[in-house]
This record gives sequence, structure tokens and C-alpha cells, in this order.
Amino acid sequence: MTTQEALFKYTLRLSDTSLILAQRLSEWTSKGPFLEEDLALTNIALDILGQANSLLEYAAKTEGKGRSSDDLAFFRNEREFYNTLLVEQPNGDYAQTILRQCLIDNFDLLFYQELAKSKDETLAAIAAKSIKEITYHVRHTSSWVDRFGNGTEESHTRIQNALNELWRFTDELFEMNEVDAVLLKEKIAVDLQAIKPLWKKQVDAILEKANLKLPETVFMQTGSRNAKHTEHLGYILAEMQYLPRMHPTAKW
Amino acid sequence: MSNAVDVEKNFNSKLEKNDFVEPKDWMPENYRKHLIRQISQHAHSEIIGMLPEGNWISRAPSLRSKMVLLAKVQDEGGHGLYLYTAAETLGISRDELLGALHTGKAKYSSIFNYPTLTWADIGAVGWLVDGAAIMNQVMLQRTSYGPYSRAMIRICKEESFHQRQGYEIMCRLSFGTEAQKEMAQDALNRWWFPTMMMFGPPDKDSPNSEQAIKWRIKRETNDELRQKFVDRTVEQAEFLGLTIPDKNLKWNETKKGYDFSEPNWEEFYNVIKGNGPCNKERLEARNKAHSDGAWVREAAMAYAEKKKENILAA
Repeated sequence: MTTQEALFKYTLRLSDTSLILAQRLSEWTSKGPFLEEDLALTNIALDILGQANSLLEYAAKTEGKGRSSDDLAFFRNEREFYNTLLVEQPNGDYAQTILRQCLIDNFDLLFYQELAKSKDETLAAIAAKSIKEITYHVRHTSSWVDRFGNGTEESHTRIQNALNELWRFTDELFEMNEVDAVLLKEKIAVDLQAIKPLWKKQVDAILEKANLKLPETVFMQTGSRNAKHTEHLGYILAEMQYLPRMHPTAKW
Repeated sequence: MSNAVDVEKNFNSKLEKNDFVEPKDWMPENYRKHLIRQISQHAHSEIIGMLPEGNWISRAPSLRSKMVLLAKVQDEGGHGLYLYTAAETLGISRDELLGALHTGKAKYSSIFNYPTLTWADIGAVGWLVDGAAIMNQVMLQRTSYGPYSRAMIRICKEESFHQRQGYEIMCRLSFGTEAQKEMAQDALNRWWFPTMMMFGPPDKDSPNSEQAIKWRIKRETNDELRQKFVDRTVEQAEFLGLTIPDKNLKWNETKKGYDFSEPNWEEFYNVIKGNGPCNKERLEARNKAHSDGAWVREAAMAYAEKKKENILAA
């Protein structure tokens, strides 16, 4: 695998994760639990969609085959998407959405802080811009986990259920393959195994404050590094892509 | 007694001098009621308006259009928030206002009871519906109640951007493939008359208008605004190469404006009564969001209470 090929796949991994997450989060727009929170979650969705857009533009450029960012978003199939399994999971109730977001925000903050030091200038610049946004996201979602954990009995049950449901998708965030190996050598990629204990420590602190317990027996799911997904992704893509695919020569 | 006469004189002189009436000023009870009704209807319209547009976020056909639409729907929510806050200065709570919306007691702009069936509808809503709303809103920047006027000034800045965004979608479709052009024309056909209804019934049948103009809450009549809208939109449609679905549309040299057909007012009153194509869905979606969110709001309140107790105990 050449550095360029690895960089393309690596950038897709990041862009797809952001794109699918933004697609999920924006399902909440106009349906939030109250107006201010509707606006706040949409704001997070917008930041993440912006990241996806910058990353897809860079992926298209890196590939160098004349495909645009829109081509990459709307004309790839289920087995060509590299987003993590966690982001494609259904929103569930507000606790599940917030918990998923909190786990990802804490990962993203550590990840993008490291990526900002990448030898690849474009990735470093996108990362630097994202850090500011993610810092706010972490604060927002972590405080909601605390509020749910220490709010009412119902909110505690809901957030604990969300944790039980989603924890099995967290190991995968740190998986590395040949793509990482090639780019780590070039000091482009982030060493995921190195940030794993930091992430665990942060998340443990949040969960402890919220009186939440990690589920005991969990079999960790995997697959997205090889574009093998849960059944949810197909539906997300069907909805997202149908219009450009129906009019392949049209400009929007 | 003389005091009551004085405050009323003071109120009237403010209106005459085009000064703003502020929350602490004396105002006639009917003026207050009229404002609460109008501002809250306006706020509800923003919130309900998020639904037909939000309907297309997941299916927007390009990354850019997805970002723009998501930001736009968020703006509508922000407008709702400014307006609820402005209404609250008149001594009513947001819970009361939302309660009236959710039970179907309060009204909102009937335009949002029409469905967004194709992507072109997102263009048409921006171009026509926001275009019509701006006519109203520009006027309301000079409304007599200070907090309402200030909210409208902020809103107008964003709305003109929304209208451009809608027109841009219409441009891309109208100058695009044959199928895209058809989609654009179909959207115009469906949205034209409902948009004309947004200005309200003809002046002769609009009971609240005259008083609202006296109080300087409104500054132009329904018919005046409708005429302005038609005159401006005809040119834009011509540029797009689209046909406005009105056989009676014709330039009238004497009045320096277009003659046009009246919308079907029976349909208008029917939609207001709750019989529009999406009245039921819109209200159900709002109620579902509100009831699904109840436990979230309760958790936030319980958490805040505990924090307060902890601080007191410490």
C-alpha cells in the first residue's frame, strides 16, 4: 500500500465517521426535548458535518481520480464506507444519543489533538479547527451524562441502558490496520493504542460521576476497518443517496 | 382617574411619534392581547416551520445543500426562541404559549400545513414562503412594540439569506436537467397560491387588521403586501423560465403592478380550521417531541434542585 492509498483510506475513515454521525444527529433537528437543546444538538451536527465536508474534499483530492467530495458521499456503496460502527447505531432515546455522542466527543478530542501534530498539513489544519468545536461538544454531552445519571430514577435507568447497549462498539474506535502502520511511519496518523488508556480514564471519570457502571460481559464488535457494517448503514445510505443516484448527471 | 387618562395619552403620543412601546409602559389590554397572539403565532410558525424543511435534511442531494439546510432549520428554531422571549415580556410564560400550540388552541402560519414532497419544495419554500415572510417581517421591524421590533431586526438579517438560499436551489433546478426543471415547475405550481394566502384574507374581510394598523403593530395591509410580493416574484420566475400558475396574471399599466387571481379563500379557511393536508401530522410531531422530551426536562430540573440543595447544605 502506497502512502497515498493509505492516506485516502485514512481520510475516508475520518470523513465517513463524521458524515454518518452528522446524518444521525440531524435526525433530531426539530424534535429535540426542548428548544434550546434542539439548537445545541443541531449545532453539534453542523460542526461535525462541516468536518465531514472538509475531510471528504481532502479525500477526493488525495485520491486524484477526478471524483468530488459529493461523488464520495453519494456514490459509494455500503462496502466502501469506513465509518465506525458506533456512529451508525440508531439514535434511540435522548440518553442513547447523548451517551454515544459523549463517548465519541471524548475520543475525538484526544484524537484531533494528536492529529493536529500530523506531518500532513491539511489533516493537521482540519484537526486544529475541529479541536475548538469538540471542546465545546465534550462539555455539553458530558454534562448531560452527569445530569441524566444524577437526575431522576428514570433518567438514570435510561442512560445506564444506553451504556449497556453501546459499550460493545467502543473497542473498535482504537483498532489499527495496515493503513495506520503505513501512515504512522510517516508521522501522519495518530497512534490509537496510545490514546486508548487516556480515553478510558476520561470516560471512567465521567461514568463514575454519573453513578454509571460498565456492563460486565460484553463481546466487542468489529468490522468497519474492512467496511463491514451493521445492518443500519444500508438504510442510512439509501435515504441519503437516493436523489443524486436517481439523477446521476444532475448538479445540485 | 386623571392618571388613567394620562397613561393612555402617553401611549397614544408614543404611537404618533413613532416611538416604541416598552414592556414597562402602560398599554391597553387589547393591545397587549393582540401582541401576544401575533408574536406567539409568529413564534409557533417558526417552530412548526422547522418540520417541513427538516423533512429533507437527511435527503439533501449535496454536502453543501445539506449544510445550508441544516443551518437554516436551526435558524428557524433560533427565531422561535427570540420571539417566545419577546412574547414573555408581555407577561405570559413559554409553557403557556407551548401549551396553547400543542392543544391546537393557538394558530400558526397555515403554509406549513402543506407537505414538502420533492427537493424542489425546499427551493420553493425558501424562495416563495420566506420571500413572503420577509415582506411581512421587514414591515414589522418598524412595529410599535420595542421587543418585537428588535427581534424582527435580528430575524430579517437571517431571513434574507434564507430566501437567497431557496432561490439558489430554484436556479440550479431550473437551469439543470429536464427532470430537475419539471420538479421546479411542479413545486411552483403547488406553492404559489398557498404562499399568496400567507398575507391573510383580503383587507375587506380582515377584522383584526384595521386596529393593528391603528396601533402601528402592522404598518401595511394584507392586500398591499400581497401586491408587492406578486410584483417582485413575477420577474424572478421569468428569470428562472418558470410559469406562474395563474392565467389572469397580467401587467396593469395604470396601477403599475400586476393583476392576479385571488387564491381560493375557502381552502384557506379550511386549512386554518385544521383540515389542511398536514395539520394533523404537524401537531402530532410537535406533541410527540414535547412528550418524548418530558423525562429529559424532568431530569434537568431534578438535577438542578439537587445541586441547589448541595450548595445550601455545604
